[in-house]
Amino acid sequence: MSLKLDDLKVYYNTLRGKVKALDGVSFELKDGEILGLAGESGCGKSTLSNSLILLKPPMKYISGKVTLDNEELPIHNYKKMNDFRYKRISIIPQYAMNAMNPTVRINRYISDILTAKDIKYSDYEKELKRRMSLVGLDHSVLNMFPIELSGGMKQRMVMVIATLLNPSLLLADEITSALDVSTQKAVSKMLVEFRDREFVKSVIFVTHDVSVLYQIADKIMIMYAGKFAEMGNTEEIIHNPKHPYTKLLVGAMPEVGIKFTETPLKGIPGQPPALLNPPLGCRFRERCPFAFDKCNEEPPVITDKNWHMCSCWKEAE
Amino acid sequence: MFSVKNLTKTYRKGAFGKVKFNAVDNASFEIKQGEIISLIGESGSGKTTIGKLILRLLSTSDGSIEYDGIDVSSFKGGDLKNYYRHVQGVFQDPFCSFNPIFKADRVFKMVREEFFPKETENNWNEKLNNSLKAVGLNPAEVLNKFPHQLSGGQLQRLLIARALLLDVKLLVADEIISMLDASTRIDVLNLIAKLRDENGLSVLFVTHDLSLGYYISDRSIILYKGVIVEMGNTQKVFHNPVHSYTRSLLEAVPRLDSKWDELEHKYSHEIRGDIFIPGTTEGDFVLEEIEPEHFVAIKK
Amino acid sequence: MKKKNEFLYFAFRNKKLVIGFVIFVFFLVLAIIGPFITRYEPLDYAGMGSESPNFEHIFGTTFFGQDVFSQFVYGLRASFIVGFMGGGIATLVGLLVGFFAGYKGGFWDEMLMMLTNVMMVIPTVALLIILAAYLPYRGVEIQSVIIGMTAWPWTARAVRSQTFSLKQREYVSLARISGFSTLKIIMQEIAPNMMSYVFMVFILQFGGSILAAVALDFIGLGPTEGISLGLMMQNAVHWNAIQLGIWWWSILPGLAITMIVGALYFMNTGLDEVFNPKLREM
Repeated sequence: MSLKLDDLKVYYNTLRGKVKALDGVSFELKDGEILGLAGESGCGKSTLSNSLILLKPPMKYISGKVTLDNEELPIHNYKKMNDFRYKRISIIPQYAMNAMNPTVRINRYISDILTAKDIKYSDYEKELKRRMSLVGLDHSVLNMFPIELSGGMKQRMVMVIATLLNPSLLLADEITSALDVSTQKAVSKMLVEFRDREFVKSVIFVTHDVSVLYQIADKIMIMYAGKFAEMGNTEEIIHNPKHPYTKLLVGAMPEVGIKFTETPLKGIPGQPPALLNPPLGCRFRERCPFAFDKCNEEPPVITDKNWHMCSCWKEAE
Repeated sequence: MFSVKNLTKTYRKGAFGKVKFNAVDNASFEIKQGEIISLIGESGSGKTTIGKLILRLLSTSDGSIEYDGIDVSSFKGGDLKNYYRHVQGVFQDPFCSFNPIFKADRVFKMVREEFFPKETENNWNEKLNNSLKAVGLNPAEVLNKFPHQLSGGQLQRLLIARALLLDVKLLVADEIISMLDASTRIDVLNLIAKLRDENGLSVLFVTHDLSLGYYISDRSIILYKGVIVEMGNTQKVFHNPVHSYTRSLLEAVPRLDSKWDELEHKYSHEIRGDIFIPGTTEGDFVLEEIEPEHFVAIKK
Repeated sequence: MKKKNEFLYFAFRNKKLVIGFVIFVFFLVLAIIGPFITRYEPLDYAGMGSESPNFEHIFGTTFFGQDVFSQFVYGLRASFIVGFMGGGIATLVGLLVGFFAGYKGGFWDEMLMMLTNVMMVIPTVALLIILAAYLPYRGVEIQSVIIGMTAWPWTARAVRSQTFSLKQREYVSLARISGFSTLKIIMQEIAPNMMSYVFMVFILQFGGSILAAVALDFIGLGPTEGISLGLMMQNAVHWNAIQLGIWWWSILPGLAITMIVGALYFMNTGLDEVFNPKLREM
């Protein structure tokens, strides 16, 4: 068991009150798995990935337990988390290309990071160079300033740096969202390669683009309005979705091969509820074409024999 | 109706502006009444630049933009304003398209001040309500609100409604749904198609997303480094891509029905030797019609 | 929350802004009503020379027996006039130049920036000295105009760069395809979004003008009639006030200048936090 989340609740402190961005999410992730975390804006996926590594104001830990490799992760304790950050958990942020300090050379930048973790740069230099060659980066890049590299090169460099210490868990937060289609493919495939070569044990890939997840994720988890909606194997989620939201979401995705004039697709009318005072019960209720009166209560999580989990009253019937 | 000929936009870089580069290089294409054309390319391809050139937000360096046979590329003042009655635009970020200090419906007042100053209150309200209904918005829900009180989808529809207030014939839609959620994107897209079917509106749909281009456009133009490398009927271009760049794009699109590895050998037939690849091939190019309604850039 | 209410809400809660504002208003009120409550005219001989502060003369007297408090409040008035007028002119001219250079770009931008850079490079103090020395009559108003006309380049550059960045916003493009004229775009789309910035620039120009006036006064190029804080300090130094122990004559006006300008900068920092949500400490 690599990562286990138990009813994690993280809210945001704002002037107008507490925004219930992550309201009780539980799941398990095994070693070597790539979990795709998908959902639309405001569903809580970024809150989830950020709270696992950098929970700071205005985010506020409310309750819930996180376990990594059978050890409790003290996400609410900023100082204690320092032992885990970068060594056991690492993150590739969204605009990773801009994550490197523009005024220092890359080898100096890496050495600063390692020194902050009480590690000598010279100990890791050989491994660093080996990994750079694997992703197609020349060693001379280490002596350059970030501005001298292309976007793709920067992205690859950041990925190598983030995984240098072989973390158990890698969080990739919308790393492909701002990229061109061809770079997106290269970066996604690199993520898989890192997992295959065991540079990282498990990956949580946060994105709103479900089709990229279909390409590289082993499992997919769908979130809606701060709550868990559905989770299962990639094939199951995409081709046999159970939650009404997932069904409608997959049905609203145009693909090369689908034309408006032949098969017009339908979107989901309405918007997700505001999370300051979310409605009780199932949060998708208002937009769900299958909603009935039981949906006013919190839906249970139903798991079938394929470990396909779904939080919906319709499944419970 | 609309014709772009040898459109070029040159920028100067370097210390004394010595280095020139073409954001758009010799682009030529036509837009007929009632058709949706996708302008597909990655970042740096020049697709947004073409959109801005057509909207006269940038000045052309060379070439012409012809609307009903008249070159509008040097229009100013009153002529330009007249042009805007027929050609309008909607941009990528719905929240940045609205001046944050005003209410959202000010965008309608702006059009009224400039184009319908003498319209009576009743007539105007009727016009406005019709426009809003045509884009699927409830006037009571969206009027009198600030932009941050509305969703991205509603804001984009408001901007389309604004364009409909005029006698718009061509709408330049610059990545209009890339900042919207997946569940609302398709509705805005369907709206564009509906406007084409019911009003005969032509749309220049600028996007980097091939799936969207395929879904909605009649014809597609593939742009690479400012050059149109392939162009034509959408089905033909997508099912029989001739240019190497088009193929690489199609192979990289993440799909829900096949994995990347399977796609890599889909387009297996040979690539022509005389294909023009911007940045690599020397000299000039020309667009050759390799089959009816399907053009490819080859070396001159 | 509506924008105006949101602004007031944060404004009242920002310590720097409130403290700075209170100090500034205190001196402003003193400058307005002061001349009405003093018994003496600033330049009249009001009593024994070099008297230390007492009940009769709460700020003491100068070497010549003039009431320092009377001079002080009239001098405050002069300083505020210079601040408002000088700061106002600098801001206005800077705005005009900055907006047009920033929005039009190209040729206009180059010409206006050339003018701005030339004005910036000319040593202002030397220019002020020459102008001031050649004018037969120097009143506070003339002084303000001179100061204003030499301080605008800084504002112009700041406004120009802000205009450049705002020009790229999509709502400006929308205004263009709605047929708006250049002037209308600047007035309705760009300027209102810069108001907070412009306000802060004005505050800085206000403070800067006061300091420039003091500098001019101190080297003897102050107003030929009337009194100002800088003139007080110049006289005091000229008559060896410190060495003779008449500290109240020179230190008090200097302290007032420091406090006013300091309060203005305080307000500015506080305003920055109010306008920019990211700087607020929550």
